[in-house]
Amino acid sequence: MSRQFTPSVLTANDLLEGDVIYLDPADRWVRELDRARLFTDARAAAEALDMAEGQQDRLVGAYLAPAIAAPEGPQPGHFREAFRAQGPSNYAHGKQAQA
Amino acid sequence: MYTYTEFDHDFLATRNAQFRAQVERRLSGALTEDEFKPLRLMNGLYLQLHAYMLRVAIPYGTLSSAQMRKLADVADRWDKGYGHFTTRQNIQFNWPRLRDVPDMLDALAEAGLHAIQTSGNCVRNVTADHFAGAAADEIADPRPVAELLRQWSTDHPEFQFLPRKFKIAITGSPRDRAATRAHDIGLRMVTQQGVPGFEVSVGGGLGRTPFIGQVLTPFLPEADLLPYVEAILSAYNSYGRRDNKYKARIKIMVQELGVDEVRARVDRRFNALRAEWKGADRAILRDLQAEFAPPAFRTTNTGAYDDARQNDPVFRSWTETNLHPHRAAGYAIVTVSLKAHGATPGDATATQMRTLADLAESYGHSELRISHEQNVILPHVHKSDLPALHARLRAEGLATANIGLISDIIACPGMDYCALATARSIPVAQDIAQHFAARELDIGAMKIKISGCINACGHHHLGHIGILGLDRAGVENYQITLGGDATEAAALGQRTGPGFAHDQVIPALDRLMNAYLALRDGPSETFIDTLRRLGHAPFKAALYERDEDARAA
Repeated sequence: MSRQFTPSVLTANDLLEGDVIYLDPADRWVRELDRARLFTDARAAAEALDMAEGQQDRLVGAYLAPAIAAPEGPQPGHFREAFRAQGPSNYAHGKQAQA
Repeated sequence: MYTYTEFDHDFLATRNAQFRAQVERRLSGALTEDEFKPLRLMNGLYLQLHAYMLRVAIPYGTLSSAQMRKLADVADRWDKGYGHFTTRQNIQFNWPRLRDVPDMLDALAEAGLHAIQTSGNCVRNVTADHFAGAAADEIADPRPVAELLRQWSTDHPEFQFLPRKFKIAITGSPRDRAATRAHDIGLRMVTQQGVPGFEVSVGGGLGRTPFIGQVLTPFLPEADLLPYVEAILSAYNSYGRRDNKYKARIKIMVQELGVDEVRARVDRRFNALRAEWKGADRAILRDLQAEFAPPAFRTTNTGAYDDARQNDPVFRSWTETNLHPHRAAGYAIVTVSLKAHGATPGDATATQMRTLADLAESYGHSELRISHEQNVILPHVHKSDLPALHARLRAEGLATANIGLISDIIACPGMDYCALATARSIPVAQDIAQHFAARELDIGAMKIKISGCINACGHHHLGHIGILGLDRAGVENYQITLGGDATEAAALGQRTGPGFAHDQVIPALDRLMNAYLALRDGPSETFIDTLRRLGHAPFKAALYERDEDARAA
C-alpha cells in the first residue's frame, strides 16, 4: 500500500527577489501562503512540481511543503514553513512587513 | 594594515565582471540554476529561507574605518540597513536582490573587500585572533602570515575543488582566542630557542562529527609555513573522501588514517615540494610585515581614565568587562559588544557601523576587528581617550558591559534565516540575555554558544554551555552540552541528556545557574572551573530535576 499523501502546497524562491512564492489555483505564483493551491492528490502535486521545475527563469528550488487546510486558506504544516510564510522572528522583515 | 595593490584591484575587477556576466546569463535563462549555483557560491551568494544572502569576507577579522563605512553603505543601499557579523569573521547581508549583487560587489571592491571563497569547497576566509597586533601576550602579529595565506589560497588552481571546505585559523599568542583547534588547520605561534614558529594542528572541526585538532608538528619554522600548509592541502586533496560529503573533511582523514600516517604523507609531500619554493613567499611576507607595522603609539598620562574610573561606576563597570591588556603602555584593547540584552548577537545597524568607523578614526588609528565571538574590537585605544569613547558608545547603544558574561552569546542565524537550520537560535539567545541580565555579574565568566543545526556554525560544542536546536517530530527542541572550551585548553562539550522544548530552555538554565551558584567555591570560581572540579553529575542532576523536586527543595 502506498503512503498516504500529505496535503501540500507548491513553493519555491523567486529568482530575482529570493522571496518565497507559492503556486495558486490558477497556476500563478503568489507571495502569500493562504492564497496557495492546496494539493490533496499526489498525482496533481507531482505534475505541478514537474511544471515548476521547467520554470528555471522564474524560480529556484521548487518543492512540495506540507500544509493544513483552513477556511482562510492553507496554513503551514511545519514550523519551518511558518517562518518562510512570515519572515524572521527577530525583526519585522520579510512578508510580515508587507502584510 | 594591508592595502590593495594594483594587481589586487585588477584581479577583483576582473572577477566581479565575470560574476556580473554570470548573473546576466542566469537572468536571461542561458544558465540553469544547477549551472549557476556553484558560480554564485564561489562569490559568496547563497539563497536562504526568505532571500539571497551575500557573505563578505573580513580577512583575519581586520577592517579599516573606510571599509566599515563601505559595509554600512552597502547595508543601507542594497539591504535593510544592517549586517550580521559571523563566527567566521564574515559579514552577511540577508536581503540582497540577485540583480543588485554585482553592484554590491563592485562597491565593496572600492574598499578592498570581496566575497571570494566565502563558500564552496575551497580554502575559506582565514580567521585570526581578534586581538592580533595588540595583545600584551602576543609573540608576534600573525596577520602578515594570514594575509600571505589569503593571497596564496585565493584562486589557487590546485585547491578550488577540494573534497570539502577548508578552514584555517591563526594566532600569534600562546593564548588561543581564535579557536584554532576547531579548524582544519590551526596555527598557533610558539618560540623555540627564541625563534618564532608555529605549532600546527590538523583535523579539528565541529559539525556532526566534532573533533579537536591534533598536533601535526609542535614546531614548524616560520620559513616553512606556506610549503607545509600546501603539503597538508595536497595530501588531503589526494586522499579526501569525495564519495560522501559527510566524510569529506580532513578531520575524517585524520580519524581514518591516524595522525601519524597523515604526518608521514604530509612530510613526504613537503619534502618533495620544499625545494620548489625559492623564497618569493619570504619576500612577500617581509613586505606584508611592513604593511602591518604597529601604529605610532603615544606616551601620555592616563589621568583622565583613572579619574573617570573613580567617579563613574557605569564607566568602571564597562572597563572591567570590555577592556583587555594592550602591548603598549597606556593603551587598551576595547571590545564593543554587539550583544545588547535582547538584541540579535552579531548584528550591527549601518548607523552603528558608521559610529564605530568614526570612533576608530578618532581614537583607534582607524583600525577595527571583528571577533569570531561576533563583537567589534577597537584594538589600539589610549586609556586617556576611553571616557570620551565610552560616552559616544553609550549615546549609540553600543556600551553594553558584558564581554565574557552569560549574555555575550554566540548564536548562528538559525531558522530565522538559514535554509539548513533545524531550529531557531536568535530568540533563544535573546531570551537568555534578557533573563540573566540582572544576575550576570554574579554568575561571572561564561561562554554560551548556540547553533540552530548540527553543522555548528554557533560553535555549540565549544561552549561552557552549548545549545543545539533540532527538529524533533516537527517541534523545536534544544540539546544542552556542558564543558566545551574554545581556548588553548580546547575541549568538546558533553551532551547532558534529552533536549528541552523552546519554552523550557530558560527554566533549565535557571536550574543550572542556581546549582552552580550553590556549588562554587566562592565568587572567584567560574562555572567552567566548578564543572571541572565537580564533574558533570551535579549539573546534570540540576538540569533534569523534576518540577516537584524543585518545589520541594
